[in-house]
Amino acid sequence: MGLFTELKDSISRATDRLFSEQEPKRIGIYGPPNAGKTTLANRIARDWTGDAIGTESHIPHETRRARRKENVEIERNGKSVTIDIVDTPGVTTKVDYEEFTDEMEEDDAIRRSREATEGVAEAMHWLREDVDGVIYVLDSAEDPITQVNTMLIGIIESRDLPVLIFANKIDLDESSVKRIEDAFPQHKTVPLSAKEGDNMDEVYDNIAQYFG
Amino acid sequence: MPKATNTGGDDPDDGIQIDLISGERMSEMATMEKIRMILDGVHDGNIVILEDGLTPDEESRLIETTMAEINPDGFNGIEIETYPKSDTKDSSLLGRIMGNDESEAKLTVIGPANRIETLHKDETLISALVSRS
Repeated sequence: MGLFTELKDSISRATDRLFSEQEPKRIGIYGPPNAGKTTLANRIARDWTGDAIGTESHIPHETRRARRKENVEIERNGKSVTIDIVDTPGVTTKVDYEEFTDEMEEDDAIRRSREATEGVAEAMHWLREDVDGVIYVLDSAEDPITQVNTMLIGIIESRDLPVLIFANKIDLDESSVKRIEDAFPQHKTVPLSAKEGDNMDEVYDNIAQYFG
Repeated sequence: MPKATNTGGDDPDDGIQIDLISGERMSEMATMEKIRMILDGVHDGNIVILEDGLTPDEESRLIETTMAEINPDGFNGIEIETYPKSDTKDSSLLGRIMGNDESEAKLTVIGPANRIETLHKDETLISALVSRS
């Protein structure tokens, strides 16, 4: 099967799945640590509800619990989609509290590490049980071909969940959207800078089209 | 279970154990049995190589269980690399080691994050630099 056929089938499956339900769609924002998930979640929430979701930080695992913003209504081109945004901790296979000790006392680092591990476990559980679709956020200045990314995309595909890949941080000089498109050609990739607000019109167009 | 041990010296405690687990053995196990076996091996400092890898659901549960077992006293998680099925050749290294030249399943390498310093994959090679402490 060709790539475009696969993409078309994937969109079709996603649309069939989502049109069949009347409730707001629970869209999980997943991705590795520091890809900009919370920054994106906050921008979407602020743009459509006026409120932010969580604290943004350069320290990995700033988001240690899944946080939800309910009933975010996005209107694009006469079409309206209501979603619950679930901002999840960055998924990883390892967490070392010593990575945080440069930024904080040891006790705080250990607490942060424990909360991070609980948050990742919770995010994995939600992915298996509770989300209707996924926005997968990648830092476009980083190599997207990592085991965690490949594994997570595989898990999402195995659950037949609709997924949009957001290539974040296009404001950085090292950014390469093509690298992400080449890594995951079977999925739609949308470039953006959540921090600067670049290309958010296309982001919302795609959310409305894909999850609406 | 096929098992290869590299003692790396006269003292067995100094060595690094590599567990090569056949697809046949894994096929007889339930998901949590597989995950328990993998994590028990990794907790012991071993490198675990799965001939047939894990399903996406098993990978998800492996991450979730790994997170539940991380503690500041020594276990800080796992490193994992996999060859997808489409990349695996019939005459894979593990297939040859195990006398199974017809294996088409993916191959997965899992080890303790605090002992594997680099786990790198390219099109034909997974390489790991493993420390002994």
